[in-house]
Amino acid sequence: MTAIHPPSTRVWWKQPVDRVELVWIAIALVWCLIMFFFMPFWHVYGNQNYSGEAYRVNPDQFVAKVNDFVSEYTVRTETDRNIPVVRPPAGSDIYLLARLWQWHPVLELEKGQTYRLRVSSADWQHGLSIQPINLNFQVLPGYEMVINITPTESGEYAVVCNEYCGIMHHTMLGKLYVVDPAEDA
Amino acid sequence: MSFEINREFRTCPKSGLVFHRPAERLIKANAVVAVIFLAVGGALGLLVALTRWPAVQLLNAQHFYTVLTGHGVVLLLVWILFFEIALLYFCSSVLLRCRIATPRMGWLAFALMLIGAAITAIAILQGGSSVMMTSYVPMPAEPNFYLGLILFAVGALIGTFIFFGTLVIAKDEKTYEGSIPLVTFGALTAAIIAVFTIACGAIILIPTWLWSIGYISEIDPLMYRLIWWGLGHSSQQINVAAHVSVWYAIAAIVFGAKPMSEKVSRGAFFLYILFISIASAHHLLGDPGLSSEWKIFNTSYAMYLAVLASLVHGLTVPGSVEVAQRKKGHNKGLFEWLRKAPWGNPVFAGMFLSLVGFGFIGGISGVVMGAEQINFLIHNTIYVPGHFHGTVALGTTLAFMAMSLWLVPVLFQRELFLPRLAKWQPWLFGIGTALQAFFMMGAGTLGVSRRHWDIAFTGSAFEWAYPGMAYTMMALNGISAIMAVTGGMIFVVVIVGTVFFGKRAGEVSGWSLDRPDTLRGPAEALTGHGSIGVKGFPAPGTFVLAGFLMLIFVVYYFINYGYLASVWKFS
Ligand code: HEM
Ligand SMILES: [Cu+2]
Ligand SMILES: [Cu+2]
Repeated sequence: MTAIHPPSTRVWWKQPVDRVELVWIAIALVWCLIMFFFMPFWHVYGNQNYSGEAYRVNPDQFVAKVNDFVSEYTVRTETDRNIPVVRPPAGSDIYLLARLWQWHPVLELEKGQTYRLRVSSADWQHGLSIQPINLNFQVLPGYEMVINITPTESGEYAVVCNEYCGIMHHTMLGKLYVVDPAEDA
Repeated sequence: MSFEINREFRTCPKSGLVFHRPAERLIKANAVVAVIFLAVGGALGLLVALTRWPAVQLLNAQHFYTVLTGHGVVLLLVWILFFEIALLYFCSSVLLRCRIATPRMGWLAFALMLIGAAITAIAILQGGSSVMMTSYVPMPAEPNFYLGLILFAVGALIGTFIFFGTLVIAKDEKTYEGSIPLVTFGALTAAIIAVFTIACGAIILIPTWLWSIGYISEIDPLMYRLIWWGLGHSSQQINVAAHVSVWYAIAAIVFGAKPMSEKVSRGAFFLYILFISIASAHHLLGDPGLSSEWKIFNTSYAMYLAVLASLVHGLTVPGSVEVAQRKKGHNKGLFEWLRKAPWGNPVFAGMFLSLVGFGFIGGISGVVMGAEQINFLIHNTIYVPGHFHGTVALGTTLAFMAMSLWLVPVLFQRELFLPRLAKWQPWLFGIGTALQAFFMMGAGTLGVSRRHWDIAFTGSAFEWAYPGMAYTMMALNGISAIMAVTGGMIFVVVIVGTVFFGKRAGEVSGWSLDRPDTLRGPAEALTGHGSIGVKGFPAPGTFVLAGFLMLIFVVYYFINYGYLASVWKFS
C-alpha cells in the first residue's frame, strides 16, 4: 500500500529492489566515497589547509603580546586615527587582534613569504574574512589560532569582520598589504 | 488519580483517515499557532531582506539586528517545531488510527512551547537580546532569552514523548497489523533525532542561562559552539526527516503512490538516525583547534552516509510518483508522467518544488560548503543563509505549506479558502525563495558577509568596496524576497481563511465511540513493478533527473576546489 498505510503484511523486506534504485545507490555511494577521500587528499596534495594548531590564551596576555609586536615593527600610521601599519620580518610570527570594533594592527607582508599568523579576540567572537580572496576563519576569545599563511598575490586587501559582534559590527574593517619583495631592495 | 480516556473517533469521508478527538484538537492548535508564527517570521524576513538591499537599507543597524534575531528564532525554531509537533501527532494518532497518549500532557507541552516562545520573543523585542539565534557567548542576552528557549524545548520534548507513547499504545491495543507505515517510520526517525537535539539544547542553554544571571562565571566559546550546533545542526536533520516524510505522504495522498521499495526507503531513514547527528562539525570547520581527522569524519557524517540517504530519498520519492503515474497510463517516453502531473494542485506543486529545490539548491550547496577546505571560502558569508533558505525555507517550509493546504481542510472539515489564489502560492513562494537562495549564494561567493548591516562599511576607518555585482545580487535578493513573502502571505491568508471562513465541507463526519477498524496492509506479497518504464527501469525519467543532479553536484564540487587552489596558501 501507499506510504501512509502499513506495508504488505510482514514480508515487505522481501520485495525485490528495483534495478533503478540499485544503480542509483551504487552511483551515489561512489560519489560519497570520492568526496570523503578528497578531504584527506587535499591535506596531502593541496595548499589550502588549516592544521588545527591553536592554543588557549588569556585575552589580556594576548593583547599584551600584540602590543609588543606592534611597538617593535610599526613602520608608519594611517588615517586620522593613526592606525599602525606593521611590517614584520619575513617568515616570523605575526599577530592580529580582533576587538570591538577594529582589526589591530594593519599588517604589511611580503609576497611569497610564509608567516605564522596568530589571531585571537580580546572580547567577543569575530570573523576574520580576507577580501577579495574571500578566505574566512572564526576568531574566538581565549583561543589563539595559528595559521601559516603565504600570500601569493601582492596588493591591498580588506579584513572584514564577518561574525556579528554588536551594533557597530559593520564598521569593523581593517587592511592588509602584500608587497613585492623587489620594492624592498 | 484516574481520568476517563476519551475514545471518540471520526472517519474523514474524503480521505478515509481516522481522527481521535483529543488528537485532532491538539493537531489543530499546534498547526494554527505554527502558521501564525510563520506569518510573523515572514514579515520580519521581509524587513531583513529590504535592509540588506543596499539602495533601500530600510532599518537602522540596531533594529536590523533585533529583527534578524527575531526572524531566525521565530522561523527556525518556533514555526518549524510547532508544525513538527502537529505532524508527529498526525503520523502517530491519525495514521495508526490510535488514541493519542496523554492528551493533557499534550496541552502542557503546547502551553510550555507557547509561553517559552512568548518569553523569548518579548526579550528580543525589548532590544537587549539582539544576539542572533545562535547567541554565541560571551556576547550576552537577557536571561529571559535563554529561559524562554529552555521552556520551549521542554515543551517540544514532551510532545516528542507523546508521539512515542502513542506508538506504544497503538502496538499495545493492536490498532494496526504488521509494520508502521513508511511516513510514520520517517516521523519516528525525526522524533529520535529530536531527543538527541533537545538534550544538546538543554546541556548548553541551561548553563548559559545560569551564566546570564551570574551563577556561572564563564562559558568556553568553543565548547559552546560545539554543543550549540549539536542543537542547531541536528534540528535541521529533524526537519529533513520530517519533510522527506511529508514528501512521501503527499505522493501517497495525491497519487496513491507506493514506495518503490519499503526496504530502501526505510534503510535510508535508518542511516539518518545513525549518522546525521554528528555532522555539526561543518559549523566549526573554520574554528581554532579541533583536529582535521575529527573534522573530516564528522563533517562527512562518517563518509557521507547520511548524504547517501538523502540522495536515495531524492530518487525514491519522485520515483514513486513516476511509477504511480505510469501505472495510470502516463507511460510514454521519459517525462510524460511529469508533464501530466497536476501542476495546478498546490499540494502537489508545493511538494515537487520543495523536493527539487531542496535537492538542487540546498542539498548540493550544503554538501559542497561542508567539505573541510571549501568551507574557508564560504564560512559566515551570506552564501550560508543562501544555502539554508534552500533547505529550510524552500525544502522544509514549502513542504509543510503543501501539507497544510491538504491537512487543514481535512482537519477543520472545511473547503480551502480562495482556492484559485492558493494555486499561485507554491509557485510564488518556491520560485521567490529559490531566487533568494541563488542571489545570496552569489553575493556570498563575492565575499559579502552574513548578519551585516552595511556592506559599504559606513563609518569605519578604512574603505572597501565590494564588486558592483555583489550590490546587484543583494538588490535582486530583495526583489526575490518580495515575491517569496507574497507567496507566504497568500499561504497565511488561505489557511487562516479556511479555518475561520472556509465553506463547510459537504459531508461532515461525526464523533463515534466505535473502535476504528484495525489497519491492515494488503495481503498479497509485494512484487516488482511489472512492465512499465523503459528497459527494466520502472522510473527512468526520475533516474535521468537524478543523474542530472549528480552531474551538477560533481562539477560544482570541483569548481570550488579549483578556485580554492588559486588563493593564498595556508597550512
Ligand atoms: C520568505 C521569506 C523570507 C525572507 C524574505 C528571508 C530573508 C532572510 C535574509 C535576507 C536573511 C539573511 C540576513 C543576514 O544574514 O544578514 C535571512 C536569515 C535567516 N533566515 Fe530567512 N527569509 C525568509 C524565510 C525564512 C524561513 C521560512 C526560515 C526558516 C524556516 C528562515 C530562516 C532564517 C534564518 C535561521 C536566518 C539566519 C538568521 C541568523 O543569521 O541568525 N527564513 N532570512
Ligand atoms: Cu567583529
Ligand atoms: Cu548543520
